[in-house]
Amino acid sequence: MALLRHTTADITVDRQALTINPAKTCQPVGAMYAALGIHGCLPHSHGSQGCCAYHRSALTRHTKEPIAAGTSSFTEGSSVFGGQANLLTAIQNMFSVYEPDVIAVHTTCLSETIGDDMTQIVEKARSEGKVPSGKHVIYCNTPSYVGSHVTGYSNMVFGMVKNLAESTGTKNGKLNIIPGFCEPSDMAEIKRIAEMMGVDANVFPDTSGVLNAPLTGKYEMYPAGGASVADIKSSGDAVGTIGLGRWATAQPAKYLDAEHKVPCEIIGLPFGLEDTDAYVMALAKMSGKPVPASIDFERGQVVDVISDYHQYFHGKRVALAGDPDQLIGLTKLLVELDMIPAYLVSGTPGNKFERAIREIVKGTPAENITKVKCPGDMFILHQWIKQESVDLLIGNTYLKYIARDEDIPLIRHGFPITDRMGHTLFPSVGYKGALRLMEKMLDAILTKRDRDASEAEFELVY
Amino acid sequence: MDAPLKDPLTIPDIDPEEARKELLAKYPPKVGRKRSQQIYIKETDGAEDREIMANVRTVPGIITMRGCTYAGCKGVILGPTRDIINITHGPIGCGFYSWLTRRNQTDASAPGAENYIPYAFSTDMQDEDIIFGGEKKLKKAIQEAYDLFKPKAIAIFSTCPVGLIGDDVHAVAREMKALLGINIFGFSCEGYKGVSQSAGHHIANNKIFTEVVGTSDTPVRKGKFMINMLGEYNIGGDAFEIERILEKCGITLNATFSGNSTYNDFASCQLSDLNCVMCHRSINYVADMMETKYGIPWIKVNFIGANASAKSLRRIAAHFGDPELIKRVEEVIAEEMPEVEAALAEIKPRTTGKTAMLFVGGSRAHHYQELFREMGMTTLAAGYEFAHRDDYEGRHVIPTIKVDADSRNIEELEVEADPENYNPRMSEAEMKAREKDGWKFKEYEGLIPDMPKKAMIIDDLNQYEADKLIEMYKPDIFCAGIKEKYSVQKMGVPLKQLHSYDYGGPYAGFKGAINYYKDIDRMVNSKVWSKVKAPWRASEPELTACFVAG
Repeated sequence: MALLRHTTADITVDRQALTINPAKTCQPVGAMYAALGIHGCLPHSHGSQGCCAYHRSALTRHTKEPIAAGTSSFTEGSSVFGGQANLLTAIQNMFSVYEPDVIAVHTTCLSETIGDDMTQIVEKARSEGKVPSGKHVIYCNTPSYVGSHVTGYSNMVFGMVKNLAESTGTKNGKLNIIPGFCEPSDMAEIKRIAEMMGVDANVFPDTSGVLNAPLTGKYEMYPAGGASVADIKSSGDAVGTIGLGRWATAQPAKYLDAEHKVPCEIIGLPFGLEDTDAYVMALAKMSGKPVPASIDFERGQVVDVISDYHQYFHGKRVALAGDPDQLIGLTKLLVELDMIPAYLVSGTPGNKFERAIREIVKGTPAENITKVKCPGDMFILHQWIKQESVDLLIGNTYLKYIARDEDIPLIRHGFPITDRMGHTLFPSVGYKGALRLMEKMLDAILTKRDRDASEAEFELVY
Repeated sequence: MDAPLKDPLTIPDIDPEEARKELLAKYPPKVGRKRSQQIYIKETDGAEDREIMANVRTVPGIITMRGCTYAGCKGVILGPTRDIINITHGPIGCGFYSWLTRRNQTDASAPGAENYIPYAFSTDMQDEDIIFGGEKKLKKAIQEAYDLFKPKAIAIFSTCPVGLIGDDVHAVAREMKALLGINIFGFSCEGYKGVSQSAGHHIANNKIFTEVVGTSDTPVRKGKFMINMLGEYNIGGDAFEIERILEKCGITLNATFSGNSTYNDFASCQLSDLNCVMCHRSINYVADMMETKYGIPWIKVNFIGANASAKSLRRIAAHFGDPELIKRVEEVIAEEMPEVEAALAEIKPRTTGKTAMLFVGGSRAHHYQELFREMGMTTLAAGYEFAHRDDYEGRHVIPTIKVDADSRNIEELEVEADPENYNPRMSEAEMKAREKDGWKFKEYEGLIPDMPKKAMIIDDLNQYEADKLIEMYKPDIFCAGIKEKYSVQKMGVPLKQLHSYDYGGPYAGFKGAINYYKDIDRMVNSKVWSKVKAPWRASEPELTACFVAG
């Protein structure tokens, strides 16, 4: 008996209005996640309580870490008369009770629809003395009926630079690095690679150390990690910005360029060889530092593994659901392994995504196989799989229902992952990340092969 | 403050008044005044004639445990029903977050059974829908859902922006119902209505009552003693265990609201002879309405705890008064209890004297104290996320609860006896006679009378107070939800999630009690809490002196 028993292979209805099993979620959760990447920051959701509760729950289930955030707790009255009074009260209460350095406010579909003006309300909070000196309130607009959690992340990072970045006229010699929507472990790895390069990097947001914090016997509402306000402020004096992932980082990176004359380079989230190479080269180019041998060593290990296990990857068909920056990076890795990215869906709107994927598979055996739908959902992905199956699924935990029904191994990747550990601790980006992704894929493929092999064909060595 | 390394058998001797002061100390005056009325210290044993403030707005900026009306309506009440297509009308978030996150186990193994629980349906409204209205898209979405799945019913849930732009989901529902010939109904459960999830429960229950209950004369099951279980959501398979026990006793569970439920269960539930209410908060009014409309009496039950389960079974049997049934219930209790007692004997030496705090949704912060009592554990503090005063003080205060603007938002149905289907299961004279003998129909005494003296009862607990409480009282276990779990555990105190059961359970009934004993024993006695300090830090004195080179 199938869990998704109502999904048919035949696509009998051309859906235009009904989304079934979405491959995205809403802007504010991405904004909340980004805000947690500032040290001493308390995110705040300007809307009704449910949004904040849902976002905190989703991020908690994904990270298994405490996620503190405030809400304006709209009731019917605030929805009619505007949420200014609620937000002013909230700002005052939060600074008194929780003592953050920064409150990062994001809107919701409710406060956006009634048209609350964040600039005006935050200005009023400041002028009324509700923001203690040396403390900050930053904000961004994240209506849920636009974009997705990725857009929300981008908007909050944009809010960071817009509200905090300053340029003094003197360059500080640092490189801004803006990671796209990725795990705390990935952000740590992005920093580590910059450190190996000897680059003085200013990485923000940075959820490492915040959303994979140790258990110490003490609850720290603001753990040691995160980008400091001072660093984000100084981003206007940097010598350059590297944005990792167009969807999540182009907006803030370009703002720094336009407003503070900090030149930017926007490249992919560094999954696999090609995009990690691009990251290393961007670091080298912008900092003028040579690439150390230790990076050649790590890179060489990836090439070694690809050559050692190529036969198990080659030709395997993969279906993926997730975020555009992530899927572009993963597709590049799959192509590097001569695998077939057969089906891709992303809920985050934007027609550049399909073009980017087409570009990657061009000239590869996947060229005429790959199907892409954007915005697409997991229901259409499942229908395609029912028409012609795949060897591997890559995506968030919600794909486990398809995995079970169709007996396809699943590698959990993306947001949210609620039923496995590792994602917040072990990176998927960089050369180390490529090794981990390959290990997971190989493990999944060979475990199934072992399970299904006849006794005569059951092998000890692969 | 560092994590306490606790002496497990000590109940902290703390003056609750001082503790209360400490909880309130940091608030701005206005917030402090409000919170002080929501923090109640138990003064005497048994019931007390004092008020606790409940079901009032959350203070903006105070990190609350509460959710919203939509979550209560779609997530809690309709979520567990497997054969209704639930379409969230709004931007994608609400539908996404309520997708499979309430652990609604369901048994859809019957041939041909429908099961839409693993699907999330949304109109995924975009900005043009907000500007030009979303009714057209909603109609189309309903049509597409119908064409794809041919379900027996479709429900529509309104999210915040839908209420603001004025989409009439009810008109759309009526139109599409007439067009497609299946039951289609909408819920005005925008997140901003009311002050908590409770408003959403009410909106959901009202609609199920008016649109579904009583629409079928064919019960799904038949039996001599037919009951409905109200306010049981089958988290971790609780409803499965309750059904197993009832069946064993010869009692037929006709409909559960709404764990492991189907559309037809609701539609024919008026054919049952007794309503048993588990979660008083989420559904007590439905029991009242069913009594008025169909003549079905109701009693409060509790299947959390082995003794509570036995007591509830006896109450149900006594209600029917059938000697065979009464005998059978005693046999079942006698059969089930030895295994429970053996499990308890095994763990009790390790749990006796330990302390707990419970801050959970509806009735769970009350019910689970039964289990802790069985284990020899004391509940130091408890409270609800979204209760009303009657859940704390008992139903007798209902007439005195002030109706404010927020409660007025939620429709109260005027119900009358159904001209055709009203059938009093018991004559008024008999009910009166029984009440004279001490029998209690539609009675619930609330949480406060059951709490130990000096205990703290706190409505709408927030993160700051939770941290303070733990610092002061150092409980051995804290019970709350996913949002609270990891901040508590960072302090070295295990947290049991009583909304999702940490993916364990069932905890209801006899087998559930055994599961709970084992889980709590594992949690409060886990070695991990003794490993919090690294060995090279464990022996360090609290204050370390600096070496000054001389």
